[in-house]
Amino acid sequence: MYEIRLHGRGGQGAVMASGILATGLVAAGKFAVAIPSFGFERRGAPVVAYLRTDDKEIRRMTNITEPDCLICIDPTVVNSVNIFAGLKPGGTLVQTSAKSLPELNLPETVGTVGICNAVKIAMEIFRRPITNTLMLGAFARTTGVVDLEFLKQALRDSEFRDAGLEQNLTALQRGYDETVVHRIERRAAA
Amino acid sequence: MTAATLERADTESKFIVCEGNEAAALAVALARPDMVSVYPITPQSSLVEHVAKLVADGRLDADIVDAEGEHSVLSVLQGAALAGGRTYTATCGPGLAFMFEPYFRSPGMRLPIVMTIVTRDGITPQSVWGGHQDAMTVREVGWVQIYCESVQEVLDTTIMAFKIAEHHDVMLPVNICVDGNYLSYGSARVAVPEQADVDAFMGVKNVNWHAALDPERPMGVDPLTGGSGGKGPSMFVRYRKSQCQGMQNALRVITEVHEEYARRFGRSYAPLVEQYRMEDAEIALMTIGSMTGAAKDAVDEARQAGSKVGIVKVKTFSPFPLEVLVAALDKVQAIGVVDRSVAFRWNCGPLYQETLGALYRLGRHVPSTSFIGGLAGADLTVDHFLRVIRETEALRHGRLSSGPVWLNEND
Repeated sequence: MYEIRLHGRGGQGAVMASGILATGLVAAGKFAVAIPSFGFERRGAPVVAYLRTDDKEIRRMTNITEPDCLICIDPTVVNSVNIFAGLKPGGTLVQTSAKSLPELNLPETVGTVGICNAVKIAMEIFRRPITNTLMLGAFARTTGVVDLEFLKQALRDSEFRDAGLEQNLTALQRGYDETVVHRIERRAAA
Repeated sequence: MTAATLERADTESKFIVCEGNEAAALAVALARPDMVSVYPITPQSSLVEHVAKLVADGRLDADIVDAEGEHSVLSVLQGAALAGGRTYTATCGPGLAFMFEPYFRSPGMRLPIVMTIVTRDGITPQSVWGGHQDAMTVREVGWVQIYCESVQEVLDTTIMAFKIAEHHDVMLPVNICVDGNYLSYGSARVAVPEQADVDAFMGVKNVNWHAALDPERPMGVDPLTGGSGGKGPSMFVRYRKSQCQGMQNALRVITEVHEEYARRFGRSYAPLVEQYRMEDAEIALMTIGSMTGAAKDAVDEARQAGSKVGIVKVKTFSPFPLEVLVAALDKVQAIGVVDRSVAFRWNCGPLYQETLGALYRLGRHVPSTSFIGGLAGADLTVDHFLRVIRETEALRHGRLSSGPVWLNEND
């Protein structure tokens, strides 16, 4: 079982991203369950969505408290909530940010980091800071858990209300191409 | 009853990923109702939005009535059902409360309406999140009530609901209870059956053979009945007794319909009560709804550590599956019952309260405790169930608690 927690803000599409990712994983022959967290829906408020994937059927329909991977599709939500809570030691962070690795000030539990300046790219593609599909591309690049082709297939199977399929396919590809992956050596025990 | 097995015919089914609300809507379309009537309410809203879209897209050939409130929603369907139509709606919480007058009338009139309750906790303190309080509050009104564990089971059970409701030995309205939040918005891999296969399963539509309203053949429906004179008392007893008989018949019909569904579609579920790892179990957890998945994972973990624990999951809650439940609990030495709602009068959970009635039939004392958790959207995790297992084990050594254990009290 591989557990992912997505962090974003209301309106950015974190919940939709978890659905697309689940669809891509199922297209790849895996089982997947996506559960949004439930809060008062308002634009800009911190949002969390959970996703589990496995080779066998997933029975538990629960929130995720000890994720293997964090996907953070907003550059500043890290200032509002502790996105690192419960992250497994050596876990993965996929972060949208214009910052460099040292500037991110990551806790010791993080073992792998994929950084993508998704807000900048989104402004070029959508003229709006919609980062969800970009960060799915960044996730595929950072973890290899799902092949980009299956995410593209999932996008083609989705319905888009206010942004075109072609733009999102471009976003997925650019998220994949323009992510820099860092492996952090485990620091010596104090 | 054996544990549910998912014998998937992977090559024959097409898989999609969808939330429980969408799975219910897809099932409704496959069952081909003639009329649906809707009023949106959280966490049911996306279900009726999906139904409305299926109608708009031409994938569901039904009349849809966007009524001004839930009282009208169910009243509209009563008319449609009396005219011989297959009918569907969905609601929850305050919507169900507003619907109560026609809700009470539907089973007495023997109208096979299918209604999803996307379960929601009781309001005050204000809450828009999941919990079984709404469905449990109306458990004594005469509707069949069936709870689902997974998104796939929502789809499969919703199709079966129409066949159960319309069976001539039942002729009662059916609630499919879908846990608000965790099942309604939880997305998972779902196999969607082919329309032709569902058509063959459903058979020839014959919905209201006993009282189909027809201008050419006028009849009075639901006449003033009862009182203390003339034929009143005996006629009223006849109505009530046949309603109770319909409920008892439903136990058999629910089982038969599940068996036929498994034969045709390759997915089988325990229709009334599922036993999970109960073969040599010394203690039993009882669960209902989507909490069961985490409970199964917890039982696997506890089994590895040597605990002889199993699960008895109630799928059909109304009519209460007394006989199969008594058989399932026959050998256990302690029982922990987990509820997602409150029975205020008894200071415990409703499933626990009803289980006490079943335990009386066992003819021996079995120590038991009521656990209440997952209220108003709270999570019921594997760790919560490991605690339930520990505390149920302790019951065998005489540790009895006087009130319920509130699982999320310190979360």
